[in-house]
Amino acid sequence: MEEKKVIELLKKKFLGKIKDVSAPLGDETIVIESDSLLAVCSFLKSRTYDYNMLLDLTCVDYIGEEPRFEMVYHLFSIPKNHRFRIKTRLSEKDLSIDSLTSLWKNANWLEREVYDMFGVNFKGHPELTRLFMYDGFEGHPLRKDYPLRKRQPRIPLKE
Amino acid sequence: MPTRIQKEARKDTLLLNMGPSHPAMHGTIRLMVELDGEKILNSEVEVGYLHRGFEKICEDRTYFNLLPYTDRLNYVSPLINNLGYVMTIEKMLGIEVPEKAQYIRVIMSELSRISDHLTCLAAMAMECGAFTVFLYKVKAREFIWDVIEETTGARMTTSYIRIGGVRADIHPSWKDSLQKAVVETRKVLKDVDGLLSKNKIFLNRTRDIAVMTPEEAISYGWTGPCLRSTGVYYDVRKAHPYLVYDKLDWEVPLGERGDNFDRYYVRMKEMEQSLCIIEQAAKKMPKSKGPPSLMAEGIEPARAIKSSRKKRVEERIKLSPNLEGSERAVYKEILTDDKRYIIPPKESTYTSIEGIINHFKFFMKGHGIRPPKGEVYFSVEGGNGELGFYVVSDGTDKPYRLHLRGPCFHIVSAMESLIQGRYVADVIPTFGSFNMIGGELDR
Repeated sequence: MEEKKVIELLKKKFLGKIKDVSAPLGDETIVIESDSLLAVCSFLKSRTYDYNMLLDLTCVDYIGEEPRFEMVYHLFSIPKNHRFRIKTRLSEKDLSIDSLTSLWKNANWLEREVYDMFGVNFKGHPELTRLFMYDGFEGHPLRKDYPLRKRQPRIPLKE
Repeated sequence: MPTRIQKEARKDTLLLNMGPSHPAMHGTIRLMVELDGEKILNSEVEVGYLHRGFEKICEDRTYFNLLPYTDRLNYVSPLINNLGYVMTIEKMLGIEVPEKAQYIRVIMSELSRISDHLTCLAAMAMECGAFTVFLYKVKAREFIWDVIEETTGARMTTSYIRIGGVRADIHPSWKDSLQKAVVETRKVLKDVDGLLSKNKIFLNRTRDIAVMTPEEAISYGWTGPCLRSTGVYYDVRKAHPYLVYDKLDWEVPLGERGDNFDRYYVRMKEMEQSLCIIEQAAKKMPKSKGPPSLMAEGIEPARAIKSSRKKRVEERIKLSPNLEGSERAVYKEILTDDKRYIIPPKESTYTSIEGIINHFKFFMKGHGIRPPKGEVYFSVEGGNGELGFYVVSDGTDKPYRLHLRGPCFHIVSAMESLIQGRYVADVIPTFGSFNMIGGELDR
């Protein structure tokens, strides 16, 4: 199995940074330390392994757990036809992680969305502003402590 | 607060605002362009005008109740959204779906794909001035929606594909209406091909405009017809076959240049392939074993309830026309037999104690569908590309987190770079060829 080989190589190269390897329901998943994200992603994106597409990028808020936020990345390799999931945890105190905009272009909007909805800061992002909500919106709506029916006052119209 | 483009714009240029409510911006999306004469120097896309908090709402609904919200994502092909969500949950629960339901699902999702492509190309052609094409395509779409309406009962907000199978059996007269839709769509495709594919005005506005290279397209996460127009062979139905797609014979059309015209042409070719799939699936679909399910005839419901107090009611019961196609007799052909995940047939609910317990266990708060703890990613090929759902379950009856990978999102994020250096008039066909759907983009 080629995927197993990739995981073995990852384990060797990033000693101690890979915390867990599993395949729930057939989806290959690795859990890594948040500071090694950029290195792991560029390793997987390189010609030899060819995980050339960032399929999806999102965040999950595990309120009450420490570290609280979990970033979830789905990589996809078109030549190998294989998906790969990378997960990493972020604590609420230091809510920042490296931006992947240098590797994939769609990371720009995806990270803006996560910044908007969860308040995660992406180091090295060229333009980290809200994507869906408006300027002046307070809080991050997809966090679990943001009430479902909370209303915010209307902002005045722009001239 | 001034936006990026307002801050960066040169003093001698013109800032032009297109949208959010503009006839050429299909949904509600705002495009700010910095112009030097007619030339676009820079642009900024602002999305979020249709943000309804889909993901937040889903965290508050049960797995069964959030299905209607998925209709409203890509509202031109709701059945594919239903399918994507439902199959994600089925992957989590490990449900096997009966073969007939699988064929119905394939037919329904291909019909939706055709209606999606027709809508996209109709709008694109109309904005380039070809109003005849618009009318032809909308006509074909009506025939397709007739087939969908006959079986699902709705044109757009269908909620037809359910966890475990489909809501109701396909309509008894589906073959005639489907045949008519296929014939009419073929005719329209031929006419439109004649009107547009070699039309000089259309070619001038689409050929070699907004060219995307394969590497760029992959880097932007493009999938679906837009990625295939650049020549990259990737289709979820071929790469990770689901349902019965691997048993059917069809091809994946590819483009060469990745310009507006290729995006149009790949969609045209794809519709032909979809028609092929529909015809094969219609032939291969297992015949119905139950009685023809039109307006069930049988004993009056009041009599059935009365007699159920003495003995189990085995006869057919007259049902409301709303339940057409979901009688007890056809249940095992269209839904899984695992009682934990499906609503019991209405006959059983009203006349037997097991049925009513089953019904309450399904709908009661804290009961119902409760997938095991864990997370899952599953994707289907939507009208615009890979429509993926990432669901995290904490073991309760509501998803802990549900994230949608909308194909539009990735495609529209490339808009800024594609129109840079082009002219204002090029924005319109470029935007049209993307098939931007606000519901799916903004969620």
